[in-house]
Amino acid sequence: MSNSRADLDAILSRYKGRHGALIPLLQDVQNLEGYLRQDTMKYVSEQTGVPAAEIFGVATFYSMFRLKPQGKYVIRVCKGTACHVSGANGILNAIRENLKLNGTDDTTEDALFTVMEVACLGCCSLAPVIMIGDQTFGKLTPDTVPAVLKKFSA
Amino acid sequence: MEKIIAKLGLGSCGIAAGAGEVWTELQKVINDNSLPIRLEKTACIGMCFEEPVLELSGEGKPKIMLGKVTAADVQNVLDGYLNDKLEYNNIILHEHQEAVHNELIANQKRIVLRNCGVIDPESLEDYEAQGGYQALRKALQMQPMQIIDEVKASGLRGRGGAGFSTGMKWQFAHNAKNDKKYVVCNADEGDPGAFMDRSTLEGDPHAIIEGMIIGAYAMGADEGYLYVRAEYPMAIKHLKKALADAETKGYLGKNIMGTGFNCELHIKEGAGAFVCGEETALMQSIEGKRGMPTIRPPFPAESGLWGKPTNINNVETWANIPWIITNGAKAFRKFGTEKSPGTKVFALAGKIVNSGLIEVPMGMPLHDVIYKVGGGIKNGKKFKGVQLGGPSGGCVPAHLLDTTVDYDSITKTGAIMGSGGMVVMDEDSCMVDIARFFLNFTQNESCGKCTFCRIGTRRMLEILTRITEGKGEMEDIDKLEQLAVNIIKGSLCGLGQTAPNPVLTTLKYFRDEYIAHIVDKKCPAHSCTALLKYEVNPETCVGCTACARKCPVGCISGAVKQVHTIDQNKCIKCGACYAACKFNAITKE
Repeated sequence: MSNSRADLDAILSRYKGRHGALIPLLQDVQNLEGYLRQDTMKYVSEQTGVPAAEIFGVATFYSMFRLKPQGKYVIRVCKGTACHVSGANGILNAIRENLKLNGTDDTTEDALFTVMEVACLGCCSLAPVIMIGDQTFGKLTPDTVPAVLKKFSA
Repeated sequence: MEKIIAKLGLGSCGIAAGAGEVWTELQKVINDNSLPIRLEKTACIGMCFEEPVLELSGEGKPKIMLGKVTAADVQNVLDGYLNDKLEYNNIILHEHQEAVHNELIANQKRIVLRNCGVIDPESLEDYEAQGGYQALRKALQMQPMQIIDEVKASGLRGRGGAGFSTGMKWQFAHNAKNDKKYVVCNADEGDPGAFMDRSTLEGDPHAIIEGMIIGAYAMGADEGYLYVRAEYPMAIKHLKKALADAETKGYLGKNIMGTGFNCELHIKEGAGAFVCGEETALMQSIEGKRGMPTIRPPFPAESGLWGKPTNINNVETWANIPWIITNGAKAFRKFGTEKSPGTKVFALAGKIVNSGLIEVPMGMPLHDVIYKVGGGIKNGKKFKGVQLGGPSGGCVPAHLLDTTVDYDSITKTGAIMGSGGMVVMDEDSCMVDIARFFLNFTQNESCGKCTFCRIGTRRMLEILTRITEGKGEMEDIDKLEQLAVNIIKGSLCGLGQTAPNPVLTTLKYFRDEYIAHIVDKKCPAHSCTALLKYEVNPETCVGCTACARKCPVGCISGAVKQVHTIDQNKCIKCGACYAACKFNAITKE
C-alpha cells in the first residue's frame, strides 16, 4: 500500500496544474490499482481540490472506468452491428458458459477473466470479434471460443 | 540483382488475422537465405477480408498482391516471385493480369486513403516521399482567408455525418475575435459498424495532423486536440509517433518552417462514451468533465473549449485538407456531385463478400457500391437492406438501391450519410431485431440529460423487445411512431434527435415484418429466437440420435433408428439440434 501511495503521488504530481487532466489522471490511477477504489478517489479529491462528487461523476459516466476489481485479462466482446448480425450473442454466451459465469457476474472466481460487452472494436470485417487484453480474435464461432480462452488460462 | 520489396499490412485487422506471424516468418526466411528482398510494413489497404495481405514488387517484375497469406506460404511465395515462377492460389491484384480484385480497386478513387496501405505509417520519410507536408508549406505562404476560400470553393462537407460546409465552419472560427483559439479532431468513432477513422488514423496519421496544422493557421489557432477512442490502441501509438516526428522536423511546435507560426497538438484519449462524438459533449470531455452536450448557441466557433473559439472536424474531413490545398478546389470538384463533391470512405461490413474499407466518388449508386466494389452478398443470399449512418441512420431497402451516395439523396430515404458505416443485411437479418439492436445501443449511451432521450428510448426499446418476443400488439406501432416524434423534438443533441431513425426507416420499408411478428407471431427471417419452432421431419429423420445427444436440456426423445420428437414445452430454441443434424431433418419455422 505504501508503495502504491508513492506511485499515486507520482501520478498526481505529473498532472498537477494541467487543466482538463481529470480523465487521463483517473485512467493512470486505474492502470495502477486495477480499478478505481473509493478511498483512492477521496485521496485524489483531497490532493487536487476537485470535489469527490465530481470525480465519482466522471468515474461513473465513462464505461472505461471500473469501480470493482477486474480479472487479469479483460475480454471485450464486440456488440457492434456487424458482429451482431454475425452472431455476437452466441459468442458471448459461449464465453460465459465456458468461464462458468452466472447471472450478472462478469469476473471469474479465480480473477483471471473479466467479460464485458463493448460497442464496436472497429474490426467489422472479422466479425464476430473479441479482444482479450490487447489481442484481437476474429471470425469466431461458439465452437472456437474454448481454444481461444485456453491460450490465456494458466 | 534488383531489389525486391515485400510489403505486409500490419493494421489492426491484419494483425487480428495473423499478420504478426507472417511478419516474423518473412524476416526469418529473408535473413536465413540472404534474399535480396527489402521487407516493409504498411497499414490497412482496405481489403480486410483478404488479410493478411502481402504486396510484392520490384524492378522488372509485376506488382502483385496476395491475400490470406500464412506463415507456411512465405518460403514458396518468396522463392517463386524471385524466380518468376510464382504459384499461389489467391493472387488478389496483378499489374498485368486478371485478378479477383482488380475491379474492386478500379472502381475506387482514393483521396483520403491515398497513403493507407501504401506507406509505413510510422515513417515520416515515407509520408514526405508521397508529397507529405508540401501542402502545409504551400498553405503557410498563403493568406489565411485564401486557404478558407479554397476550402469553401472545394465544396468539402463535414465527413462526420451532418455534412455542413467545412469552409463556412472555418470562416466562423476565423471571424471570431480572440487571442486563443483551438482546433479539434473528432476521432471518437463510436458508430457500431464503422472503422473508417481507425484505418485512416492507423494508416496515415500525418495526413490528419497536416490538415489540422493548415486549419489552425487559417483560423488563427495555435493549439489543438485529437480526441481518440481508447479502444484504438494502434491509432494512438501511430499518432503519438507522428506528432513527435513532425515536431522534430519542425512541422509542428514553435516557428513552423521558419514562418513564426506556432501550433501545438495533443492527444486526448476517450474513456468510452458514444455521446462524446457530439461536439459539445466532446469538448466537455476534453475539459475533464462528464461528456454531456450543452445548448447551442453559443456555437463552438464562438465559445468552445474553455470558452474559446474552437473548430471541430472529423478525421476524414481533416485528411482531405492537404490534398485540396495541394491539388486545388477544382481538382477536388472533378469527383463527386455538384452538392457533394469529392469522395467518401465507407466501411463495408455485414453480409457482404468484400468487407473492408473503400473510398468511392460521391454520386455512385448504392447498387454499384454493394455489387461492383463490395462484390455482392455472401453465400449467394438475397439482399434485404443496407444500414447507413449507424444508430443515427436507417436501413435502405432493395428497391431504393439506385439511390446515389451523396448527402442529399441519402437523407431523402430517411437514412443519413453518417460517418460511413455500411452494414449489409441479407434475408436472414430480422429488421425488427436490427431496430431493437440500435435502440438498445442508444438507450445505453444516452447521457440522460434530456428526458425524452433518457426515458423515451427506454420505452421504445421495451416495445421493440416485446415485439421480437411475440408479445406485441398492433397499437405498439402507433406508440413507437408517437414516441419517435417526441424524442426527435425533445432532445438537445444529435444522439437523441436521430435515435428513432432506425425504427422509423424499418417501419417505413419493412412494416410487414413488424406485422408478421405482431399478428402471425412469426419472424420471417427466422432470427428472433422466441418466435422459432424447431421440429423433426419424420420423413427424413433416420434416428441417428445426434440431435438428442447435442440438446442441452434433453428435450429430444426417441430410440435409435426411430423418428425423434422435440418436447416444445422444454425446448429453449438454442438451435443445437438444427446444427447437429446431418440429414436436414430438423425444420426451423
